[in-house]
Amino acid sequence: MQGIAMLEVNGLCAGYGSIPVLYDISLALGSGESLGILGHNGMGKTTLLRTLIGALPATAGSIRFKGEDITRAAPHARARRGIAYVPQGREIFPALSAYDNLRLGLVKTGRKPDEALGALLDDFPRLKPLLERPGGSLSGGEQQLLALARALAGDPVLLLLDEPTEGIQPSIIEEIAETLAALRDKQGLTIVLVEQNLDFIAAVSQRVLVIRRGQLGDEIPREHLSNIDIVSQYTGVHA
Amino acid sequence: MSTPLPDRHASIPVPGALERFAHSWKSAALTLAVGVVLLVALPFALDDFALVQATVYAVMALLAVSLGFVWGFGGILCFGQSAFFGLGAYTYAIAVTNLGDSTVPLLLSIVLPAAFAAVLGYLIFYGRLSDVYMGVITLTVTLILFNVVNSTAGPEWTIGKAPLGGFNGIPNIAPLNMPGNVDDVIGPRGMFELSVGALLAVYLLLRALLAVKLGRVIVACKENEQRVALLGYDSRAHKLFAFVLAAAIAGLAGCLFANWGAFTSPTIFGLAQSAQIIIWVIVGGLGTLVGPIVGCVAIQWLTTQIGTQQAINSNLVLGAILVVFVLMVPKGIVPSAGQLGVRMLKALRGGRRDVAAVSTQAAVPRTRSAAPAADHEASHSAPNASHEETA
Amino acid sequence: MTTQQLTPLLETRDLNVRFGGVHATRDVNFTLAEAELRCVIGPNGAGKSTFFKLLTGQVRPTSGQILFRGKDIAGMQPHEPARLGIGIKTQVPSLFNGLSVWENVWLAARRTNTSTQSERVTREVLERVGMIAYRDALVGLLAHGQRQWVELAVVIAADPPLILLDEPAAGMSDAEVARTAELILEINRRHALVVVEHDMSFIRKIAKTVTVLHQGAVIREGTPERIMSDPLVQQIYLGKKPH
Repeated sequence: MQGIAMLEVNGLCAGYGSIPVLYDISLALGSGESLGILGHNGMGKTTLLRTLIGALPATAGSIRFKGEDITRAAPHARARRGIAYVPQGREIFPALSAYDNLRLGLVKTGRKPDEALGALLDDFPRLKPLLERPGGSLSGGEQQLLALARALAGDPVLLLLDEPTEGIQPSIIEEIAETLAALRDKQGLTIVLVEQNLDFIAAVSQRVLVIRRGQLGDEIPREHLSNIDIVSQYTGVHA
Repeated sequence: MSTPLPDRHASIPVPGALERFAHSWKSAALTLAVGVVLLVALPFALDDFALVQATVYAVMALLAVSLGFVWGFGGILCFGQSAFFGLGAYTYAIAVTNLGDSTVPLLLSIVLPAAFAAVLGYLIFYGRLSDVYMGVITLTVTLILFNVVNSTAGPEWTIGKAPLGGFNGIPNIAPLNMPGNVDDVIGPRGMFELSVGALLAVYLLLRALLAVKLGRVIVACKENEQRVALLGYDSRAHKLFAFVLAAAIAGLAGCLFANWGAFTSPTIFGLAQSAQIIIWVIVGGLGTLVGPIVGCVAIQWLTTQIGTQQAINSNLVLGAILVVFVLMVPKGIVPSAGQLGVRMLKALRGGRRDVAAVSTQAAVPRTRSAAPAADHEASHSAPNASHEETA
Repeated sequence: MTTQQLTPLLETRDLNVRFGGVHATRDVNFTLAEAELRCVIGPNGAGKSTFFKLLTGQVRPTSGQILFRGKDIAGMQPHEPARLGIGIKTQVPSLFNGLSVWENVWLAARRTNTSTQSERVTREVLERVGMIAYRDALVGLLAHGQRQWVELAVVIAADPPLILLDEPAAGMSDAEVARTAELILEINRRHALVVVEHDMSFIRKIAKTVTVLHQGAVIREGTPERIMSDPLVQQIYLGKKPH
C-alpha cells in the first residue's frame, strides 16, 4: 500500500432493478497497485466494473477516487477525472477509422494526436497498419487491442479492464501483459483487472481476489495462481 | 459429465408477472372478453350519434393495430400504413360504384393494398435495403399517392363508372350489403358491430400468429436478423409476410372507413394521417397489440373534445402529447398502466418480495444491444412458448 | 468404395475474398471429412472469422468454390447454408436478446422439428449445456459466458452435420472451459466441427488436426504437437511462453 488510496470502495451494493448482484463490496487500492478479480460467469465481475465507472448506479455504499466521493458522479465525469474503462465487447465505433477511435480516447487530455499517439502505437505496433481502416472492419482481436489502446490514449490514472485478453492471440497477450506491467511500475498506473486467463492475471496483478455471488472473497496467494485445481477451489467449483 | 459445473448465481433474470401475463393466452382472453362485452352492450348504452363515433374509433383502432403489429412485432417502421388505408378506401369506393354488390369490392379492398405492399415490400426486403430506406420509401409513396389522387379532379379521371374526384374525393359511396342482396344494406348498428367484430377478429388472428412458428420468426427478425438467417429462416420472406399482412389489415380498415363516412378523399393519404397512426401506437404502447387500440381511441376522443372548442389547436395538443409521452411515459399507456397495476397489487398483498422477478424498468446490462426502451419492447412483444403451462 | 464415402463434408477450392483493399482469404484449400473435428488458429486478423462467414453465406467470395457434400454453396443467401446443414456460433454471440433462453433454443429446434418434438429437443439441449435453470431468463440480461452457453445450445438444437464454433471458450472460467471441451467431444461423435480458438490447452484437449491461418492463407496443418513446436507458428502467433 503506497500513500493515499487511489480507489476506495466501501460497502458497495448494486444490481439490476430488483435483482441485487453486488453485496457489500469493499476494497482499497493505492497508486500503482494492480488488483485482479477472478470468478465464474454470473458472479458479478462485469457488474462491479460497470458500477465503478458509473454505468450502473450504486444502490448502497460509496466509491472514493483520489479522496473524492464519486459515488453519484456520471460516467463521463469519472472518465474526466482519469478513470478509463475497457468493457467486455470492445465497443469500438465501427464507422470511425481506428485512428479516429484512438483520437477520441485522448480528446479529454487536449494533447495533439500525432505526438500523443506515437508512443502509444509503439506499445501496440499491430495497430499501425490498421489505422486508416474503419473500426468495424477490424477482426475481433484487433478491435480488442484498439479498445485497450484507446483507453490508454487518455493517460488514465485508474484502468478498469473487463477480460481484455479475450480473442487475442497468445503472443500478443504476452506483449499486453508486459505493457501493462511497465505502465504500472513506471507510471504508477492503478489497475483493476477482471480476467479468466490465469497467466495474464498473475503477470499483471499483484493481488488476486475472488468474487463469488457478488461478494469479494479470499485473496489467492500468488504461488497458487498457476495451479488450476487450487484456483477452482477458491472460485467455488466444489461448493 | 465428469466436470462439475460451478455454482450458479442465485438470481436469474426472468421477466416479471406483467410480462408473463401479457405473453400468455390469458391476456388475449381478457381482451376478447372486454371486446365482446363492448360489442354487445354499447349499442344499448349509446345513442346513434355516439355509436357512430364509436364505430370510427374502432375502424381507426384497426388501422392502428396494423402498424402496431408490423412495427412493434416485425420491427418494420412503415410510414405507409395510411397509403394502404387509402388504397383500401378508394378501391372499395371505385369497385362498389362499378359492381353494385359490395362483396367483391370488400375483398378487393383487402387484396389490392396487399398486392401493392407485396411489390413494394419485395423491392425493399429482397433488395436488402436498410431500415432507414423503409421509412423514407413508404413515406414517399404516401406523399406520391396523395399528390396523384389529389390531382384527379377532372371528369377524365374515371375508373369505369367511378370518377376519382381529385381533391373533392368520392362522395355517396354505396354501403356494404348482404352478399347477393344489393338492397339489404348495413345500418349504423351493423357498421358498429362489423367494425368492432373485425377489430376483435384481427386481434385474435394476430395473437394466434404470434404464438406459432411463423409469428415467432417474425419477432426474431426484429431482434436479430443475422441469427434468423443463420438458423435457416429466410428473413426477407418473413418480413415481407408481416408487411403484406399489415397492409391487408389497413386496407380492410380503409374499406370500413369509406363505409362509415360514405365518403373518401385524398387527405386519407396525407402526412397528417401517417403521423397520427404513429402517435397512436407510441402513446398506446409499442410492442403490444392492445396499446395501439387504447392509444388510438384515447387520442381520437381527446381530439374530438378539443375540436368542439376553438381556443386550442388540436394539432398542437397532439404534438404536445407525443412529446410528453416520449419523454415521460416512453413505454406508452398500456404497459405503464399494467406496471402500475402490478405494483398496486403487490402493495396490497403486503409487499412480499419476489427476488426472482425483474422490474421491467430494470437497467439492462448492455454489451451489444440497443437502448433500454427497445429491449423492453422486445420482451413485451414475444409470446413465450414455455409459459403456456403457467397460463 | 462409393462416391458417398469419398466426398468430403466440406471442401474449399482456391477460395479468395477481397474487400476494402484487404485480401482477407487467400487461395484457401480446406477439406473436412464427415464427423471430423478441426481446430483453426492464427493471429488476430488472419481471416478466421472471415472464413466462417464465407461458409455461412454472410460473405460472398471473390473467387473459388465452397463445396458442402459436393454442392457449391459459395455466394448463397445467408439462410441457405444453414438449411443445408451448417450451424455457427459466432465470435460475438448472436442471439435474440429480448427473448428468453428457452425461446432462443426453441427457434433453432423448430425449423427441423415439429412443435412437440421441439419442446423435447429444447429441454434436452438446455440440460446438456447446463442452462435449463435459466430457461425463462432474458438472454440480454445474462452474463457474457452464460450467453456463450446459450448460443452453443442454439447451434446444437438445430442438429446440423457441420458446426462452426468461433471462440467457444471466450469469457469462460477454467471449469467452464473444461466442460465445453467435453461437450465438443460429445458432439463430435455425430457432427463435424471446426473450432477457432486461442486457448492452446483447450485445443490440445479436443483436436487431432490443427490448421493455421496467417494473413488469409493456410500456412500449416498438422497435429497440435507439430503445430505448437513449429518455429513459424511460434513466431507469428504463440510467442515465447510454452503453452
